Amino acid sequence: MKEILSGSLLLMGSVFILLSAVGILRMPDLYTRMSATTKASTLGIGLVLLGTILFWQDFGIASRAIAIIVFLFLTAPVAAHVIGRAAYLGKVPLWEKTNIDEFKKREHPSDSSSSMPE
Amino acid sequence: MNLLLLNILLAVAWMMLTGEVSSGTFTAGLLVGYLLLWLTRPAWGETRYFSKLLPVIRFVLYFLKELLVANLKVAYDIVTPKDHMVPGIVAVPLDVKSDIEITLFANLVTLTPGTLSLDVSPDRRTLYVHALYVKDAGQFRRELKNGLEKRLIEVMR
Repeated sequence: MKEILSGSLLLMGSVFILLSAVGILRMPDLYTRMSATTKASTLGIGLVLLGTILFWQDFGIASRAIAIIVFLFLTAPVAAHVIGRAAYLGKVPLWEKTNIDEFKKREHPSDSSSSMPE
Repeated sequence: MNLLLLNILLAVAWMMLTGEVSSGTFTAGLLVGYLLLWLTRPAWGETRYFSKLLPVIRFVLYFLKELLVANLKVAYDIVTPKDHMVPGIVAVPLDVKSDIEITLFANLVTLTPGTLSLDVSPDRRTLYVHALYVKDAGQFRRELKNGLEKRLIEVMR
C-alpha cells in the first residue's frame, strides 16, 4: 500500500517535470515558457519529495524534504518574477498572438528605467 | 505570530519529553500545544491565532486545488499539438495594501501555472500579470480579484 502510494506520487511528479521540459520546447516565447516550466517543475518536485517522505517515513528525511518544498515554493516564484520583469524591461519580444499588453501603457514616473526598485 | 512560535516550542518540548524525535511526536506536540494555548486563551489577550486556523487551512486547500487544476490545463496545452493559448499582460488593480500582502499575492499569482506577475506599479496600486489564457481582460481581472485576492485578504486581516 505504502509502495503504491509513494510510487504513484513519484510517477506523477516525474510526469509533471517531463511536461515542463517539453513545455520549454513547445512554448512560443520567453514569458509563456516561464509560465509553463517553473510551476510544473515546482509541483513535480513537490510530489516527488512527498513520495519520498511517504516511502521512508523517517523524521530526518521528512524534515529535510519539507524544508526543500518550503524553500522551493518561496524562491521559485521570485526567480520567475525577476526573470520575467528583466526580460520585459530588456525588451524581449512577446509572442505575436499575445492579446493585450496593458504593461506598455503604464504611466512612466519620470524615467522608469532608472527608478528600478529593490 | 508569537503564539505560533510558542506552539512550536511546546511541540519541541513534547518531543523531548516523549524522548522520541519523529514527525509523529512533533505533530502530536503541535496539536497538544494548540489545545493548551486554546484552553489558556484569556492569558494571551487580543489575538487572531485561534480564529484564523480554519480560514488558513481553507486557503491552503483552495490554493492547492487551483495549483493542480491550472497545472493540468497548461499540461494539456503542452501535450496537444494545437495551441489554445491567448496570452496577454493584464493590469490588476490591487486591494491588498501592505508590503507583505502584496508580496504574498504576487508570489501566489506567479506560483499558479499560466500566470506570471511582472511588476508592481510604483504607487503600489497595480500588479501587472502575464497570463496564458486571457480571452477577456475584464473577466480575468474579476476572476483573480474575486478568487485569490479576496481569499488572501480574508486570511490576512
